[in-house]
Amino acid sequence: MSSDTALADVPGTSPLAHEDAHPSDTHYVRVAVLLAVMTALEVGLSYIKGLKGMLLVAPLLIIMALKFGLVALHFMHLKWDSKVLTRLFYAGLFLAVGVYIAALSTFRIFNNG
Amino acid sequence: MTDIAAPAEATAGARPGVPPPAGHPPTSTGISNEKLAMWVFLGSECLLFGGLISTYLLYKTRTNGQLSPHERYDIPFTSISSFVLLMSSLTMVLAVAAITRGDHKRLRSWLLTTALLGSVFVSGQVYEFTAFVKEGMGFTSSAASSAFFTLTGFHGVHVTVGIIMLVSTFVLSLRGRIPQERAEAVEIVGLYWHFVDVVWILIFTVVYLVK
Repeated sequence: MSSDTALADVPGTSPLAHEDAHPSDTHYVRVAVLLAVMTALEVGLSYIKGLKGMLLVAPLLIIMALKFGLVALHFMHLKWDSKVLTRLFYAGLFLAVGVYIAALSTFRIFNNG
Repeated sequence: MTDIAAPAEATAGARPGVPPPAGHPPTSTGISNEKLAMWVFLGSECLLFGGLISTYLLYKTRTNGQLSPHERYDIPFTSISSFVLLMSSLTMVLAVAAITRGDHKRLRSWLLTTALLGSVFVSGQVYEFTAFVKEGMGFTSSAASSAFFTLTGFHGVHVTVGIIMLVSTFVLSLRGRIPQERAEAVEIVGLYWHFVDVVWILIFTVVYLVK
């Protein structure tokens, strides 16, 4: 089996498939506009006086996660790249989130209101 | 870099007397070692910034009787800084797209624009830090201020390193050291830059907007 054939057999790792899968510049501009709108929405939410506690924190965290995902998937090309890279990155991310939520819980930080 | 760990099946296609194809030698995953190393590094950076954000959350109320960092934030100013950093991610991905097409002129334009936007962000951070120190919130004023300066300072250092990488890539491109076949080198610099951006997405929400 030639090396090219061997690589093409692994989903998402064919060099040609990777090159062809890159979206157009217009696609990137659309994603950037969406990110800007979401940032404006976040800032706007933080100024609404009636929103306090989880009513404010929950939508802010959801928008934050969406923005994070948009950049990672589209700008960092995780959507088109090898799944190995996605697993590597999210392993680090979820390990960090799990470890620090556990650590903060031991300090009862989530009980302070 | 020589891929000394390339398995036998990945190099089985090499024929005697035929020069190897340009670019990186094949690896078992189909991903170059440099790109894989950058992703592993970014995965480990999640733990670093996770620790710094958690420390800030833990100490943000320990203000030593002074105003908390949250009461000093200039949200409109930081929002504009965030917008600038977000747009630098757009210009970075456009630089990667340009070199993928072999458009060196646009690659250099977008690289310089990204470095410039990054510099605007760092300048904004320096301005913010200076304003806080003038108001009496220094690094050692309280546990909250120490945690704030450490977190945002570490991020600022990462942005500065990113700017150095961008300018180095620009100079290499000017000298003709980044042909289209080496587009992945620009992509790897881009990965670091986008990571710095996603970390700021977290910091901006968790530190600045969540009260």
